[in-house]
Amino acid sequence: MLRWLPENVSTYGEKIDGIFYLIYYITGATFVLVTALLVAFLVLYRHRPGRKAVYTHGNTALEITWTIVPAVIMVVLGLVSKARWDEVKVDIPRGDIQVRVTGKQFNWEILYPGPDGKFDTEDDLQIDNDLHVPVGKVVRVALRSKDVIHSFFLPHLRLKQDTVPGREILTWFEATKPGTYEIPCAELCGFGHSGMKGTLYVHTPEDYARWVAEKWPAQQARLGTKSEAEARG
Amino acid sequence: MSQAAVAAHGAEVHHEELGFWRRYVFSTDHKTIGRQFLFLGLVMMLLGGILALLVRWELGWPETRVPLMGWVPEPFMYDGYMGPEFYNAVFTMHATIMIFFAVMPILVGGFGNFLIPLMIGARDMAFPFLNMLSFWVAVVAGVIMLAGFFVPGGHAATGWTAYAPLSAVPTYSGVDWGQNLWCLSLIVLGISSLMGSINYITTVVNMRAPGMTFFRLPLVIWSLFIVAILLLLALPVLTAALGMLLFDRMAGTSFFLPEGGGEPLLWQHLFWFFGHPEVYILILPAMGVASEILPVFARKPIFGYRAMAYSMIAIAFLSWIVWGHHMFQSGMNPTLGSTFMITTMLIAVPSAIKTFNWLGTLWGGDIHFTTPMLNALAFVSMFVIGGLSGIYMASTPVDIFIHDTYFIVAHIHYVVFGGSVFAIFAAVYYWFPKMFGRMMNETLGKIHFWLTFVAFNCTFFPMHILGVGGHMRRIYNPLQYEFLKPLQPINEFISISAICLGIAQIPFIVNFFWSLAFGRKAERNPWKANTLEWDAPSPPPHGNFESIPTVYRGPYEYSSPLVPEDWLPQTRRLAPERAAAATVS
Repeated sequence: MLRWLPENVSTYGEKIDGIFYLIYYITGATFVLVTALLVAFLVLYRHRPGRKAVYTHGNTALEITWTIVPAVIMVVLGLVSKARWDEVKVDIPRGDIQVRVTGKQFNWEILYPGPDGKFDTEDDLQIDNDLHVPVGKVVRVALRSKDVIHSFFLPHLRLKQDTVPGREILTWFEATKPGTYEIPCAELCGFGHSGMKGTLYVHTPEDYARWVAEKWPAQQARLGTKSEAEARG
Repeated sequence: MSQAAVAAHGAEVHHEELGFWRRYVFSTDHKTIGRQFLFLGLVMMLLGGILALLVRWELGWPETRVPLMGWVPEPFMYDGYMGPEFYNAVFTMHATIMIFFAVMPILVGGFGNFLIPLMIGARDMAFPFLNMLSFWVAVVAGVIMLAGFFVPGGHAATGWTAYAPLSAVPTYSGVDWGQNLWCLSLIVLGISSLMGSINYITTVVNMRAPGMTFFRLPLVIWSLFIVAILLLLALPVLTAALGMLLFDRMAGTSFFLPEGGGEPLLWQHLFWFFGHPEVYILILPAMGVASEILPVFARKPIFGYRAMAYSMIAIAFLSWIVWGHHMFQSGMNPTLGSTFMITTMLIAVPSAIKTFNWLGTLWGGDIHFTTPMLNALAFVSMFVIGGLSGIYMASTPVDIFIHDTYFIVAHIHYVVFGGSVFAIFAAVYYWFPKMFGRMMNETLGKIHFWLTFVAFNCTFFPMHILGVGGHMRRIYNPLQYEFLKPLQPINEFISISAICLGIAQIPFIVNFFWSLAFGRKAERNPWKANTLEWDAPSPPPHGNFESIPTVYRGPYEYSSPLVPEDWLPQTRRLAPERAAAATVS
């Protein structure tokens, strides 16, 4: 069943998929065990004339066993999960690239800080729905929302994080393979929820440098942007 | 209430001659109210099912003309085509109706009312008038909810979870009065639940027949008693949240709106603080029903009676400290996520105890495959799948991927349909003779069961695969996404299976109404069961019992060595030397 997972292209995705597989094997084995017992009992103990059922109210040793075994499995699973969770959601690295993604009905506004690396300065560049990042770099995303709750979903990078109006939520990813991937909104956000999607472009370092040069063509262009901005008032 | 008072109350009721209205409409008899809740729930379930088929049509064959729906006027549908606004309202109302107006009224309102007094040996509920009021208030809530379909702007379209701010500002969802009526209806329904739960708790605590100790209660009564406590504590939280939402919508407050200093996540905390116990409100009575039916048709005592009761108490307790697992990706402090992960995973323990104890009940049994038994067995095996799939979401890192995908939809349907609805079918087939005095047809029942079982699994199992593929919930057209296009054949298969699942309910509807009118007359105890309701005539008259029964033992003494038959009713008095041996449990 897990072969239906979208191809993983993030650094931590493989570890998340690892836990996914671990749970898959544990639950799969439990399901087979329980179902096999169920079917076996139904066949073995089906009604036959003249036979009476066994009269018993339980078995303490058995009951203690099937209380403790699941408890131990769950605690171990919890500890394994916590380490991965902290890596993705708690310990957010500083990041090589910064972007701010703002959800609004029904678009992702992607804000690049420009060469100065700072947001809300004049070399910022906003592009709707297109997120350009280089491969092999840690991308730190600051998520915001203008109206309702959206959810920033990168299925191929195993990342999902809701955006909440009134807050900025930090998250991160590092892509391992160049390509284009979709960024759906995963939280119902109104009639245009379906189809609210962006595109993630993961570039090779050279392609990314070319894209940056095209968008921020060196210093004089920065001045040009400034004078344009001044001209606009 | 003292026993004498109960008897006096019963006798007084017997003398009263009631007219049509007091007898069938505004009745204070718990059995009539139970049947009324059952009918209300079944009718609403049919409506909820039709809405589900609309959703499935849209996902199987997106943006095509829906068959048979050309009559629906604009702006809901355009000559049979469904727009995204209407689609959002349809899945919102499917969930709302199924949860609040189908499963809850049938299991809690219907069987709760019908069974509690009969199975504890009482003549009626503690507060019969309050009981009647609770049903008619639920009807008012239903009418308000259905009215939402007819107001300008259409019905609520923000999902049954109604996340703010989408639900808090009319312009965000484009729905005005639909959402207001949705809030109002659920507030009114909360009042109905409150009256019902107070009644159930009081009745179970005060009105048990002589000898009916707590640990001689049938497990279905344990489950309904625990559910009543959950309802009493959970529904007011929802009512408060809905009140705040209505104020935000209509009175200019900003409880959930950040621009006025409010907090969108507050809604989610309140909603899920109610919402997770709510899930157990739906599943605990189903567990009780299965625990009742398995021993009867395995002709064997329930395995580990006390563990079964304690595990339900444990589930109920844990249900209060797991709500955060719905909010792992919400922006809530992620460190808190780990805490909620551990509490959530702990719920697997009492669930495992229950499952293995059901298996233990079957072990060494003398199993009769009647229709109620088949449905109860289906409940057990489907609950296993629904329980196991819950572990995936409990694990926070895996939840990052599957949150808000069809994996969740598969999970909730294995719990609420595979669990609660199969238990509803089991309960209807099992208690129909007592409720209506006639037997249902076994052949039609088995046809209904097998068709439903196969179609159910074909419908909901592949949803796990959709979820693994990343298919989001609540989207209108999956073909808008490149990465979902390879999944579309699965979507079509699910939709065809869902239509089959709908058609599979026809034998049930036919069986139900045919048996109501022409079914074989039921004897007092057709299944040779031990619990007290089978001690009363079928159907029981007003006042239930000829005389209040005395209880000598627990409810599951099947195949006891003390008697030659394979059943030993709770009320049968054995000779003193045998009785001494029979007081165990």
